[in-house]
Amino acid sequence: MSVFVPTSLDDALAALAESPDATVLAGGTDLMVEFNGGHRRADHVVVVNRVPELRTWQHDGARLRLGAGVTYAEIEREPIAAWVPALAQAARTVGSPQIRHAATIGGNVGTCSPAGDGLPVLAALDAEIELVAADGLRTVRFADFMLGPKRTVRRPGELISAITVPVADGYQGYSKVGVRNAMVIATASVAIAVQHGRVANAHGSVGPTNLRCPEAEALATSRADMGTGHLSAEVIAECSELVRAASRPIDDHRSSAAYRRHAVGVLAGRQLRRAFPHE
Amino acid sequence: MSEIYSLYVNGVRRDVRDAWVGESLLFVLRERLGLMGSKGACEQGECGSCSVMVDGELVCSCLVLAAGAVGQPIVTIEGIAPEGAPSDVQQAFVTAGAVQCGFCTPGLIMATHALLERSPDPTEFEIREELSGNICRCTGYGRIIDAVQRVAVARRADGDAS
Amino acid sequence: MTDTLVTPTTRSNTQPGRLGDSALRPDGVAKVQGTFQFSGDVSADGFLWGATLRSPHPYARIVRIDLSGAWRVAGVESVITAADVPGKATYGLISQDQPVFASEYVRFVGEPVAAVAADHPDVCRRALEAIVVEYEVLEPLVEPSLAVDGSFPPIHPDGNVIRHQRIVRGDQSIEGPIVVEGTYELGMQDQAFLGLEAALAVPDPGGAGVELHIATQWLHEDRKQIAACLGLAEDEVRLVLGGVGGAFGAREDISLQVHTCLLALRTLRPVRMAYSRHESFLGHVHRHPCRITMRHHADHDGRLLRVEATFVFDGGAYASTSSAVLINGITHAQGPYRCDSATVDGWAVRTNNLPCGAMRGFGVVQACFAHEAQMDKLAAAVGLEPLEVRLLNAMQTGDRLITGQVVESVAPVARLIRELGELPLPSEPVGGHDGDPMRLPGGAGRTADRGDVVRGIGWAVSIKNLMYSEAFDDYSTARVRLADGVATVKFATAEVGQGFVTLAAQIARTVLGVDDVVLDQIDTHIGSAGSTSASRQTWMSGGAVDGACRLVRERVFEHVAARFDLEDYQLAIDGTDVIDTVGDLRISVAEATVGLEIDETFEHHHRPTEDLDELGQGNCHTAFAFAAHRAVVDVDPVLGLVKVVQVATVQDVGRALNPLSVTGQIEGGIAQGVGLAVMEEIISERGIVKNASFTDYLLPTFLDMPDVVIGLVEEPEPQAPLGAKGVGEPPTVSSTPAVVAAIRDAIGKDLVRVPVRPTDIVF
Repeated sequence: MSVFVPTSLDDALAALAESPDATVLAGGTDLMVEFNGGHRRADHVVVVNRVPELRTWQHDGARLRLGAGVTYAEIEREPIAAWVPALAQAARTVGSPQIRHAATIGGNVGTCSPAGDGLPVLAALDAEIELVAADGLRTVRFADFMLGPKRTVRRPGELISAITVPVADGYQGYSKVGVRNAMVIATASVAIAVQHGRVANAHGSVGPTNLRCPEAEALATSRADMGTGHLSAEVIAECSELVRAASRPIDDHRSSAAYRRHAVGVLAGRQLRRAFPHE
Repeated sequence: MSEIYSLYVNGVRRDVRDAWVGESLLFVLRERLGLMGSKGACEQGECGSCSVMVDGELVCSCLVLAAGAVGQPIVTIEGIAPEGAPSDVQQAFVTAGAVQCGFCTPGLIMATHALLERSPDPTEFEIREELSGNICRCTGYGRIIDAVQRVAVARRADGDAS
Repeated sequence: MTDTLVTPTTRSNTQPGRLGDSALRPDGVAKVQGTFQFSGDVSADGFLWGATLRSPHPYARIVRIDLSGAWRVAGVESVITAADVPGKATYGLISQDQPVFASEYVRFVGEPVAAVAADHPDVCRRALEAIVVEYEVLEPLVEPSLAVDGSFPPIHPDGNVIRHQRIVRGDQSIEGPIVVEGTYELGMQDQAFLGLEAALAVPDPGGAGVELHIATQWLHEDRKQIAACLGLAEDEVRLVLGGVGGAFGAREDISLQVHTCLLALRTLRPVRMAYSRHESFLGHVHRHPCRITMRHHADHDGRLLRVEATFVFDGGAYASTSSAVLINGITHAQGPYRCDSATVDGWAVRTNNLPCGAMRGFGVVQACFAHEAQMDKLAAAVGLEPLEVRLLNAMQTGDRLITGQVVESVAPVARLIRELGELPLPSEPVGGHDGDPMRLPGGAGRTADRGDVVRGIGWAVSIKNLMYSEAFDDYSTARVRLADGVATVKFATAEVGQGFVTLAAQIARTVLGVDDVVLDQIDTHIGSAGSTSASRQTWMSGGAVDGACRLVRERVFEHVAARFDLEDYQLAIDGTDVIDTVGDLRISVAEATVGLEIDETFEHHHRPTEDLDELGQGNCHTAFAFAAHRAVVDVDPVLGLVKVVQVATVQDVGRALNPLSVTGQIEGGIAQGVGLAVMEEIISERGIVKNASFTDYLLPTFLDMPDVVIGLVEEPEPQAPLGAKGVGEPPTVSSTPAVVAAIRDAIGKDLVRVPVRPTDIVF
């Protein structure tokens, strides 16, 4: 096993070009668990948490480009929290403070577990994932990036370099159910964003990918009064039911499919009520 | 399989020899450098017992690849206070009865120092949230919260006096 | 009002501290500085790492084991199996039914099959991966009822029933007029101490003996079992207590002790073993899952007339302490209430689930969860408040248990209940004053708004036996040496975090009038102290240290009397002086004992107890402690999430010898009770454990623990050497049912199982 700690993006990409199958380690909060448990061994590791280009963010008024190495502790706080409140709320549920100091948004996207706390927000915001390799750069919509549980379109030799999301121009919120008040894996989660007069929502831990529910989005968008914040209880209940029906959860030791389906519907409804507080 | 690299631990450059490069910082601190104060209780970032500062941030050393921390300043429980004398946080933990078996204690001391550094006058809820990554199985947390509050009060009094 | 309310800091905190003071831990500074040596921190030159190969199957026959691959891994120094155990092939606390290594059959997931020693943990891991074990997988016995009804073929030569015991007392014909009944279940709780199992074994030259540094609850019992398995005499095995990172019952049984010693004796090198968290979940005993059916008969006023109960404890694959847990459970079926008639049937059975044994509360947690749910049902049936029905039936000193035993202990049950009712309720409304959604059920997940949440209040009261039962000759030994005004105290009492080291020094200071107390190493170079369990060390080892100190003090008085021509019975200790109570002499203990060296050893035994007879009658317990809990919870009924807001308790402690330590035991015990109520459970499917990690076995965090309000009732216990009762277990016993009662109160639903899961609330 070799460990390489590049301090520039070019060095990181050169290392990946040389060993395309190298394991990329960012915050380490997923990978080290597997190393420690003996569940995974690697011949080559490229540690990317000291690549300055990955540690920065750019904000142009409408879009926020987050370097893949930005940590959840940074996302949880101002100024990012004001630009993407739902992502900040999700960040606050990622593991513990210690985990958030290390864990990066790029790592969350790279691992791509359907329970990944940040992912429903990225799905709802239609985030763009920037993938860079020694021979070029491409951008993929989050919906196209994630293929299934921990399966993505990232190719050998590619590095996730940035995630771009729109800056909030309406309500954003995130809710996550776990059996503990902190430091818990989501059994169901929901992100909602009202962006340019359209309602978007996406869900976590209730399917193989972080699904959206276009029917609920369309219904809420068409029936909500964006100016006054009105949305009827009936429509919210209908949206909640649509989200419920669209979910594809599984039974496991963390919860049952029936509960997950129930919970994701409830969360979607409550988030809509927070977005549109008036009946 | 193995190589030599250096870590900066508690202000001192320490050579790590004969290590396997897949070892966590926790393992290297304890088994290669003899710094046994950081404790491992889960090896997956779910208990906080191994908390150390790396590059100014509180992290779980079990989730840091040691060979990837080359060149970064690392502070452990052994380096949190001048040798011999307990810090105010350490003393408060003893005085307030925040220690029972003591296994979680070094991690909690590190987390408390980090908390009070950033937020000198935390609310009780803030203390609970900021320390929520540190599991204690003995105390039920009550005396720990008391210890943290005692330090905050004492530091404020010191600040007012000076 | 209570003798002590809430405030551990109101009493003197001055060092060094005498009995009644909140003296500080002597190991506190080392623990906060990280220099305190836990058993996993002990090392030796040239040591090897040891590791264990475990069964992936709950039940299988071992067809073949091929170790050759492991031997070929570079760096491997030893590979051992059952064939390499030189002495007794099995161990166990009560019956020796558990193999050191499985040979013919594996009976639970995680059962040790082989062990290796090598120069690096990863080499060990590779060696374990290279061992080939061919199994014939068998249908596991996972449903305890199949062991009770005898329908499953024996999975062990000792059979599938570990113990069956009935209790039959009083008029068996009583029926009603009020009858309430229910069936209750408890999941498997893990002790989840933070300091994982770890040990260092150092072989004597030539392998003639071994020294083991180990985190355990009972050094001498470990030594007895280890020596038998190693085929060595007990004095050839020396145990030193490595720092113990919590115990809670899980260190009473053998885990890695024999394996570590065997590897050391094989390689003639020091061997360290250290479990991972995953291994720890599989490698120690747990709290018994239990299914309890209860039917209470009462009169129209709510007075208990008769209790009927059936208990089935799932002991898992090996016996451990299951038979004693069973007895604790069934003999506490009535709770802290008078009841003259009882019909109880209890089973502890063997299954292919994880072995179960001791955990804080030891069988009584299970009984209390059931009887307290029943008391609430009874209250509702007769139109009383929960506290009223409990007060009406409250046991007092002199009442008889359903075993016929007279409760001679101080039994201030009614006082506990009354004073609990007076403790303040939480001042903040649902969600707190600021309405931060993080304070609501769901916490950081922001799942609820204030309007989604309802509040509930619940109550529970408990009785818990102290010390060992059923004719066990339970004792503890201490040795005290006084020289140059310094007392040196030696004992084998396992300090597991509870603070006996603090108390021992307080006793010595108080009895001997010295400030300087040195605590000797805790090891097997003195007689047994018994186990640090059953809330017994303050009483038993406290009694031993007190007894040894008193013997030393007599010698001091004899010496002073002779020197000053006084009567020794007129002398007393006052602070740090010896004084003549009828004259003027006042001389410091240090000065009085110059040049003198006094060395005394004392063994404290509690009074004998008896076995139960066929009908479950007999004076089987030593003494009892009582506690009452009130829980306030906020519940989101739609999502099934719970936030425990406050737990208030009044506890019968006899005498608070160290109020700060008592507070710590109470708060910590409540945390474990809250954990069992709302989140902690080892989940298995067909014997396969699904959540053996801290990611999925959830423990309460800072954000899950409620505020705790504490009242102490201090009525000194006449039987107890220092007037003090053990305080460790009662907080865990009745906090769980109080929390569940509060959830029931909030949502109006009959919750019969812990932990209460979101699905139990929602569906």
